[in-house]
Amino acid sequence: MASDKLFCATGGCTAKLGAGILSRVLSRLPKGEKDDNLLIGFDSKDDAAVYKLTDDIAFVQTLDFFPPMVEDPYTFGKIAATNALSDIYAMGGEVKTALNIVCFPESEDLNILGEIMRGGAEKVHEAGGSIAGGHSINDATVKYGLSVTGVVDPKKILANNTAKPGDVLILTKKLGVGIICCANRVHAASKEAMDAAIESMTTLNKYAADVLKRYDVHACTDVTGFSFLGHLHEMIEGHGTAVIDSKNVPVFKEALSYADEFLTTAAGQRNRNFAEGRVRFEDVAFAMQEVLFDPQTSGGLLFAVDKDKADELLPELKKVCPYAAVVGEVTEAKDIEIIVK
Amino acid sequence: MIKVNAIGDQCPIPVVKTKDAIKNLNGEGVVETMVDNEIAVQNLTKMANQKGYGVKSEKISDHEFKVTMTISADQAKEAKTATTDAECAIIPSSKKNRVVVISADHMGEGAEDLGKTLLKGFIYAVSQQEELPKTMLFYNGGAAITCEGSSSLEDLKSMEAQGVEILTCGTCLNFYGLSEKLAVGGVTNMYDIVEKQTNADLIIKP
Repeated sequence: MASDKLFCATGGCTAKLGAGILSRVLSRLPKGEKDDNLLIGFDSKDDAAVYKLTDDIAFVQTLDFFPPMVEDPYTFGKIAATNALSDIYAMGGEVKTALNIVCFPESEDLNILGEIMRGGAEKVHEAGGSIAGGHSINDATVKYGLSVTGVVDPKKILANNTAKPGDVLILTKKLGVGIICCANRVHAASKEAMDAAIESMTTLNKYAADVLKRYDVHACTDVTGFSFLGHLHEMIEGHGTAVIDSKNVPVFKEALSYADEFLTTAAGQRNRNFAEGRVRFEDVAFAMQEVLFDPQTSGGLLFAVDKDKADELLPELKKVCPYAAVVGEVTEAKDIEIIVK
Repeated sequence: MIKVNAIGDQCPIPVVKTKDAIKNLNGEGVVETMVDNEIAVQNLTKMANQKGYGVKSEKISDHEFKVTMTISADQAKEAKTATTDAECAIIPSSKKNRVVVISADHMGEGAEDLGKTLLKGFIYAVSQQEELPKTMLFYNGGAAITCEGSSSLEDLKSMEAQGVEILTCGTCLNFYGLSEKLAVGGVTNMYDIVEKQTNADLIIKP
């Protein structure tokens, strides 16, 4: 039972504060003096901050941490690190250094913490970065993540909100890991589903990002706590309408059946509330809707690219992300921001 | 009517508990679920709407909401016979005589509040196992868990309904003045407590 009591909370990106309440708080923060070298900061709701040092080099800064969503500490470490590193890739950057962020109950078995951090360190090394230190707090519940610093050429930054009409939208990983972890908490997820979800959550977005670098990608984000539709909203707001073909969206089929059993998260419902009025479903089954609102832990990249480039890019991408697919397109603005068919 | 207490439970547990209650209706009826947040109300309402149940919700206080579902005879029948893929996938392991022993009103050493929360979570987790224990024994501080005011009563009653033997030490009930307050299961004595544990294949202690 030792590990059970540690790993019982609603973990992963489902633990994120809702976008609705968050934007209310953020909009009231005092704004300091403007620094022109801060290329991407608070204003843009982007994944990470980017600060220009010279014309050729900027650093990318991000941090992410959350409570466990799986029972095995080593796996949790890998997932948390993969998720934290992802924001660097979503900006088009390269990982350089990472600092551990640890909350752990002093009275617990330190071997568990060792396993978590081993999983994290392995992923940082796989990303080509170094663990350079960290900070730990004695806390009642376990939380783990990383603060990551990377570098990017300021001319090649992938912003998340610059999609254009005529672009197609491509998603690199399947959706539904939040629902599968949720079903797993109440022992309703199959081992196969959970294994597939873990495999997905521990796959670095580095490999997808390496392919994207060779193309003129207009906008890119990683799909995490705010769900596919939440992150799509950030990408599309003010730039047209996204038309999504739900039949082409890669999903875990188990997530659909668990959604039909209503094994969904509170965070998913918050995402639905936040998106209300921006999304129109045209004949989309309930379970699919739930998956599109499902908070993803360590989800894939969602990016916008010219339609004619996509044919060339996709086969290359599929070599490293077998489930990658064109999920929709960007059109001139219609009566509503997102249409899902 | 079946009342479900899902106060303090995180999604999807309120939905899981409510679904279990609907399965246990055995015919048309009403299930009333108490939850402590608006999102849980929305998730329950979403389920009711999808299933076509009658549903209404009421805010009682900032942290208390009541969701009432009305289920027709046909819907109750469907809920009872529906098995999910997930449920089908469960392969029962060889039946073992498992005995759960609860000897305190908290789990582990440390902050008392945390210990109580953990024990509530532990009993809930036991109730959700693929294979339920044969017997659950409650003694000393654990005696309070089977008595009125315990936050685990719903879980214990649901396990009792599924055939789990729930026994509380009589000496302990007397000592703590709880004899009149026992709310689930029966009373037992030290001989029985020794025998149940001696015959167990596995003793589980939080």
